[in-house]
Amino acid sequence: MDKQLLLGAEAVALAAIDAGISGIYAYPGTPSTEITEFIQKSEEAQKLNIRSNWSANEKTAYESALGMSYAGKRSMVCMKHVGLNVAADAFINSAVTGVNGGLVLVVADDPSMHSSQNEQDSRFYGKFAFVPVLEPSNQQEAYDAVLYSFELSEKVKLPVLLRIVTRLSHSRSVVERKLKRTQNALQPENEKRKWILLPANARRQYVNLLNIQKDLAELSEQSIFNKVINGTGNKGIIAFGLSFNYVMEAREKYQLDIPVLKISQYPLPEKAVKEFLSKYSEILIVEEGYPIYEEILKGFPQNEKIKGRLDGTLPRTGELNPDYLAKALGVKTSPEKKIPEIVSPRPPELCKGCSHRDLYEALNIVMKEYNSNHVFSDIGCYTLGALPPYETISTCVDMGASVTMAKGASDAGIHPAVAVIGDSTFTHSGITGLLDAVNDKSSVTIIISDNSTTAMTGGQDSAGIDKLQNICKGIGVEEDHIRTIIPLKNNLAENIKIIKDEFEYKGVSVIIASRDCIQTARRNKKKQDKQ
Amino acid sequence: MNKNIILAGVGGQGILTIAAIIDLAAMNLGLKVKQAEVHGMSQRGGAVESHLRISDKEIFSDLIPKGEADLILSVEPMESLRYIPFLSKKGIIVTSVDPFINITPYPDLQNVLNEIKKNPENILVDAEKPAREAGSVKASNIVMLGAASPFTGIEKEELEKAIEKLFLPKGNETVQINLRAFNAGLNITKQLRK
Repeated sequence: MDKQLLLGAEAVALAAIDAGISGIYAYPGTPSTEITEFIQKSEEAQKLNIRSNWSANEKTAYESALGMSYAGKRSMVCMKHVGLNVAADAFINSAVTGVNGGLVLVVADDPSMHSSQNEQDSRFYGKFAFVPVLEPSNQQEAYDAVLYSFELSEKVKLPVLLRIVTRLSHSRSVVERKLKRTQNALQPENEKRKWILLPANARRQYVNLLNIQKDLAELSEQSIFNKVINGTGNKGIIAFGLSFNYVMEAREKYQLDIPVLKISQYPLPEKAVKEFLSKYSEILIVEEGYPIYEEILKGFPQNEKIKGRLDGTLPRTGELNPDYLAKALGVKTSPEKKIPEIVSPRPPELCKGCSHRDLYEALNIVMKEYNSNHVFSDIGCYTLGALPPYETISTCVDMGASVTMAKGASDAGIHPAVAVIGDSTFTHSGITGLLDAVNDKSSVTIIISDNSTTAMTGGQDSAGIDKLQNICKGIGVEEDHIRTIIPLKNNLAENIKIIKDEFEYKGVSVIIASRDCIQTARRNKKKQDKQ
Repeated sequence: MNKNIILAGVGGQGILTIAAIIDLAAMNLGLKVKQAEVHGMSQRGGAVESHLRISDKEIFSDLIPKGEADLILSVEPMESLRYIPFLSKKGIIVTSVDPFINITPYPDLQNVLNEIKKNPENILVDAEKPAREAGSVKASNIVMLGAASPFTGIEKEELEKAIEKLFLPKGNETVQINLRAFNAGLNITKQLRK
């Protein structure tokens, strides 16, 4: 079948179409966004009527995917690693209920935090929930692993977690399509005792889940994604997922005949690992992410023959690369050239003409008058307000935290208690926090910097377009204190006055600072010009 | 056949378009390709890079090891220097001399160019003028691709085919502009290397 040049993320999406999904659910998040975008743009997916609109957040996405699975059809749900924190309640309990139609959760981790606030490893979640985890090492394997994961999910009646990382998701290679399955017919689940997690049912389901673990491990033993590369000598390498590439790069380049056990399917194939461990006097464990299996295999008291991230053979944090592997394998490389001193850092910045710029300009003037520098902020382009020339914001923790942290800070006595949150982040996780503030009559000013898109991830549809005013009104913010401003230079004086007025109001006020994202506006103009 | 290429620039300058053209040409030749790119936060005016690897044998790592790049193709002068640790001893820098100034202070341009010239193999290109002459200043990235094309290991004709295919959805005029830009870049290198 045909060959295409695809990002790892796109290979996952193509395979999902070929595996016969009926729907994909997701909230945008780097490096996972391109999976859903590929399906949204695919004419083939449209013809097949595959549902693909963005969800409000990862939890709603996961639950919708689970509902589709309940109905007997196959579904995929995608998110970045920290998104799984939001969806964790649904995910972990769905391992207890099990699934009906195949359900594959794709999580894109971001080691080195290229676009994230931490580098948590989703394989932990897979283990925590007792579900099978697939961790492909390259684009073709990502395609193959998705097809396999859907089969596996329907065979063992569990959700399957497919873990990818930035370096696979955002790297392009040639991928070959293999098969095309038709979608499942509507065939809803009738086994209520499985799906109603009342304690009596949940206890039984949980025991079933634990009992199936040995079968899952057996599947890992036989998996085509796990294999041994034979070699000689008394040292061996166990390479997990993408890290296999760096191992093989060093192995080929320096002609090291070192044996390698590659693992891309979990739970751990215990027999294969035991056999490999017993053969060699020193084992290097290479994992892209946390040293999860290194810690397990090292055990207590510590097995000294296990080397890896924990003993400094490899760096403890960040993504790996072929150079780290060469060093860990004791290869002498020529001294590397340094970056010339003349090179300055070039951090990202808010675009010229961006509405957040005008908002921060106004806000900085007002904050100066209060001699306060506490602005609680959130996750999005406006987080760049942390950098010069604005340096307006004080916090960025997790989606929606600006609203509730401002509320808590207000409770503690900070005045003004200000939150800056984007429109998409507000509908993702800010609404419930605002309800808390309303119910508590907190003295907070929530500024929704509304550019009517999910801008940081490339301009995906935002869930709250034209609804923000009514959402705030509906949960009880007084109408007089829901203000709208247009962040433009010409409106600076007026905007300063409105911000000041609302800071002085002893209750919940919301300022919607509304102007289209400059990037989206440009794209829309291009589209219009074409028509 | 084995080429490691670092593409460098600032978010929004079009290095991913350069990458897409080389990728496509390589795939059409039946070669293996791996090309890691940067999405997300850095695309907002930050430094961006792409590691592009082409080979007739299996490629494992998506990232180029240090000291292994045959070519640094940069659409911005200072950015070409950021990836010096990746350049091999015999590697060449092909870079635009037009600075993208969104940081203060931006280093003295002449010093930047002098630093680039310390690398034995270098080609400095004023890409803006030929791009404008080709029909659009936006085609500066394709001028740079043309200038670097003799060092990609891929024939001119194959790259031209890929340019046609990639820009065709944007209309024939865009195709012609980019083909002209490509050849203008290539001619600059030919003149310098006579």
